[in-house]
Amino acid sequence: MTITVKFFASLRETVGRDECRLQSATTALDAWNAATDARAVPPNTLVAINMEYAELSQAVKDGDEVAFFPPVTGGAR
Amino acid sequence: MSVELRSEDFDPWRELQRHQEANPQLAGRFGATCVFVGTMRDFNEGDTVEAMTLEHYPAMTQRHLEDIANEATSRWNLLDTLIIHRYGDIRPNDPIVLLAVWSTHRADSFPACRYLIEELKTRAPFWKKEMLEGNERWVEKNTPG
Repeated sequence: MTITVKFFASLRETVGRDECRLQSATTALDAWNAATDARAVPPNTLVAINMEYAELSQAVKDGDEVAFFPPVTGGAR
Repeated sequence: MSVELRSEDFDPWRELQRHQEANPQLAGRFGATCVFVGTMRDFNEGDTVEAMTLEHYPAMTQRHLEDIANEATSRWNLLDTLIIHRYGDIRPNDPIVLLAVWSTHRADSFPACRYLIEELKTRAPFWKKEMLEGNERWVEKNTPG
């Protein structure tokens, strides 16, 4: 089983890594804990599983890509 | 429908002309074109901003911009939609985003163009990091419309 975990923007800097692979995880939160040494999830953190927005409690399966990032700020400011 | 992510500076007005020339099937059919161009300011929250880096999540960004364009096309009667969004290093006065919507009547293109920018700002995974004088910071939230 392989789960790819990605971090973007300020969360990448907070966590200190941009990507890692896990051998097992049951939920997005489980993946976060495994990838960050169980650091507290910052408020307003967004989660995507296979590039669709998801909840921390959502299940993950083999081959999934789980991404964590802060609120998005695209477009004009 | 065309959705593009660009690492290089672009001229939105030239892109509009190019898109219309590349889509001659539109000629004579559209009566309304609504355009939104988002441009980088040199100030934010009382500080001078010297430059900005726009980070994105490439495949997810492309997918969600296409979803948003498809949703607008299903909600309003549109003939065509164009989205061009920058990423990477951006300087004040550079265009960040071009949104254009072509329709037969303005009643469709105005709300559709507004829909594109508002949805983009809350759903497309982009993050801005501002370079200030001797400092840098992540933009934590969007400005209200």
